[in-house]
Amino acid sequence: MEASPDYAVQMHGITKTFGSFKALDGVDLDVKKQTVHAILGENGAGKSTLMNVLYGLYQADEGEVYLGGQSVQIQSPLDAIAHGIGMVHQHFMLVENFTVTENIILGDEVCHSMGVLDMARAKKEVEKIVDEYGFEVDPDAKIEDITVGMQQRVEILKALYRGADTLILDEPTAVLTPQEITQLIKIMHGLVAKGKTIIIITHKLKEIMESADACTIIRRGRYMGTVDVSKTTEEELASKMVGRHVSLTVEKGPANPGKTVLSVKDLHVKDARGIEQVCGLNIDVRAGEIVGIAGIEGNGQDEFVEAIDGLAKVDSGTISVNGEEIQNTVPRNVLDHKVATIPADRQRFGLVLPFTVAENVILERHQEEAFGKGATLDYGKVRSFTNGLIKEYDIRPADCVDSLAGGLSGGNQQKVIIAREVSSEPDLLVAVQPTRGLDVGAIEFVHKALIRERDRGAAILLISLELDEVMDVADTIAVIHHGKIVGTFKQGTVSEEKVGLLMAGGGKQ
Amino acid sequence: MNNTVIKVLRKPITSAIIAILIGFLVAAIVLASAGYDPGASFAALFSGMVGRPRYIVNVIIKATPLLFCGIAVAFAFKVGLFNIGAEGQYILGTVAATIVGIACDLPAVLEIPLVVLSGTIAGALSGALIGWLKAKFGIHEVITSIMFNWISLYLCNYVVSLDVFHQPNTTGTYAVHDTAFTMILPNWKLSDEGQAALANVPVLRDVLVRCDVNVGIIVAVVAAVFIGWLLKRTKMGYEMRAVGLNKDAARFAGINVEKNIVLCMVISGALCGIAGALNITGISPHGISTLAAFENNGFNGLSVAFIAGCSPVACIPASLLFAGLIYGGQTVQQTMGAPSEIISIMIGTIVFCMALGGVIPMLAEHIQRSRAERAEQARKLAAEAGATPVAAAGESGSQKDEDAAEPKAPAEASPKAAEPTDSSEKKGADGDAR
Repeated sequence: MEASPDYAVQMHGITKTFGSFKALDGVDLDVKKQTVHAILGENGAGKSTLMNVLYGLYQADEGEVYLGGQSVQIQSPLDAIAHGIGMVHQHFMLVENFTVTENIILGDEVCHSMGVLDMARAKKEVEKIVDEYGFEVDPDAKIEDITVGMQQRVEILKALYRGADTLILDEPTAVLTPQEITQLIKIMHGLVAKGKTIIIITHKLKEIMESADACTIIRRGRYMGTVDVSKTTEEELASKMVGRHVSLTVEKGPANPGKTVLSVKDLHVKDARGIEQVCGLNIDVRAGEIVGIAGIEGNGQDEFVEAIDGLAKVDSGTISVNGEEIQNTVPRNVLDHKVATIPADRQRFGLVLPFTVAENVILERHQEEAFGKGATLDYGKVRSFTNGLIKEYDIRPADCVDSLAGGLSGGNQQKVIIAREVSSEPDLLVAVQPTRGLDVGAIEFVHKALIRERDRGAAILLISLELDEVMDVADTIAVIHHGKIVGTFKQGTVSEEKVGLLMAGGGKQ
Repeated sequence: MNNTVIKVLRKPITSAIIAILIGFLVAAIVLASAGYDPGASFAALFSGMVGRPRYIVNVIIKATPLLFCGIAVAFAFKVGLFNIGAEGQYILGTVAATIVGIACDLPAVLEIPLVVLSGTIAGALSGALIGWLKAKFGIHEVITSIMFNWISLYLCNYVVSLDVFHQPNTTGTYAVHDTAFTMILPNWKLSDEGQAALANVPVLRDVLVRCDVNVGIIVAVVAAVFIGWLLKRTKMGYEMRAVGLNKDAARFAGINVEKNIVLCMVISGALCGIAGALNITGISPHGISTLAAFENNGFNGLSVAFIAGCSPVACIPASLLFAGLIYGGQTVQQTMGAPSEIISIMIGTIVFCMALGGVIPMLAEHIQRSRAERAEQARKLAAEAGATPVAAAGESGSQKDEDAAEPKAPAEASPKAAEPTDSSEKKGADGDAR
């Protein structure tokens, strides 16, 4: 395509190699002015690399960049900002104990003579932008006191304050609740209406369908084409992204629930600050069924899981597994009751990153005689056991048995954890946010693994912030709000809207 | 050939050797600027280390407590603890060994184990208390162990001052009973028969009679190998390493983090304590003296551990080198007339450069990267010049394949980024399956 002033950004034939690895191989991107343009690709496909080239963080080895039809050389983020490009990173770069205004003007301060800050004028300028785009952000609020969704808006404001016409949003919805996502999409459309152009990097199909006008797909560093979002389907996008047919709907047979495995009665748990987070929670999970807990972050899910795992003190109430109470014991006892957990924070709780994959696989089970007689560890046995799991769970690269777990990709790290937890054939499997940060192919894998475990007869407790995941995977949907289950439904008997309302604390049954 | 250079540079042992050489180079500059001939100084240093069999033995004797304390620090570090209290635990070992060695007079078969064990237990108990305070109340081990160093020092001086132990007209205690001695052939070598036998073998006489050659180093080397094995090959070591690398994951996996912290400090303290006890039984004066300042066996143990990259077995050469510098340094002082401060600076410089050993692998990275860039440029030039780029590209390509085992690039590009830089979802997730 020829360079044309109708396009805010055009990148042609971008190639970028790191060492012997080709991260981008002749990728094209043409973003029309005043549109939302999505860049879709699996983790590691090169989306972020492409945007980092545009933002001047990397220099392309080959290829041309045009802004508004003009050929440009972007050598650094400062160049990019000067050309009206702003980037909002997935991980916010905000000073926690500064106010919104202070964060926005940081690095581009409004000053009196002699370099004295003119906060009054700064605030006015910030308020002007806030009002212009309808952001509903309090300029005087401190970052640490506002929600993640608000913080993201501050990041967007920062870019606008610096005069950005084209905004790059890197995985903007990864950290947001469903409500916040809706608001973000509204803001994006508002910005476009005011003449801005938005590029979003994402691997979430649903959001592309809702927010974007066009979508460029990248697979393993190669350009797979650009589609008009109004003329495509999620399935088409998914198969273009992954390169094979992916099932987006979760395929599973009906559940055959057996006896109750997990029984939680009137559970009360305080968090580290002494605030009660779980306030009289009741729930039962039977063998052979998946109970999904839907809820907005911070409604007691973390404390609930910690209580089950023996990491948090239970103030009152009971947690029983197969009829035996396990609350206020130690993690070893919980594990001995055949409870396995896929933790939400896999790098903090799930893995010892500087350990090898083999060493991580036997975490929890290293004391078993199968991995060495008496006090010694038999690394030969550990490695052959690990190699079996690597094959069974398709952990890549296939020769990673002695690689450090920290070197694996997020999806493969998760596979290591799942392989470990599932291979112990638990009676109760607690899966917390098991697909967070994973791409479509890996999500499909995780969901299949959960259903396979269910069909083996395990009781599954799925706790997720992704409402879709709970709605699709769980046989029974429970909604948590303020540390209590506020509604329980069989799959298919409740609408997403109703659950969303309960999650937000409305619509009492 | 260049690839071999890079491979060699990546090896830890290369870093150590280059660091030592740079250390000597810098030390030479220091010596020269202070007006002393570096060549002659180093010659004196080496002859002071290895010039006579006796010197070598003395270096080994000096290295023994450094090795024990080095292993102790390295071991604790692997479990995520910084045992800066090695000094105090060493002192407690000497104190307990002295008390028991003076108080009890048993046959050697009982006396030696009893004395050594008492020192070991003293160190272990001190470590246990530090570990317990950390595990139970979260009090940082650096604070408690520094304080314990002082407590131990003054406890030592107090014990020396007690009439029961104090040897009149000296600054020290009586010697422990000679049944506790752990020198090699302590009585035979001084007997007429022994003297006569040794007279014909000057090397042995030099070694045996003129210094306190003792069994300590054998115990220390066994301990180093054992601790290395414990960490790598046992379930206990596995748990401890897990605790050291990620407490949260360890606890989550049912490992008793607190128990492991206490146990680690017990073992670490015991290693320092045994060092103290073996120095009492192994070298004269076989007792403790009033300490005006720390003797630095424990603190030098810290240096040994870090020079060795916290590998217990690597502590063996590291402690020998360290002891060699200290012992050989005395000769420099004597023969060159250089003040002891210059010697300390020289030793300090060498150790400092060794501590910087981590720079060497980075140097390898740098060479590799700039070479890749040059190859890239050459390829581009060749392409622009209209020459057949095939040959050049092919060559540089294959070269890169070989030495760019781990592309040193931002997260998205490096599937095997060895270092997980942060726990961010994206970084972990974004170097995905290929």
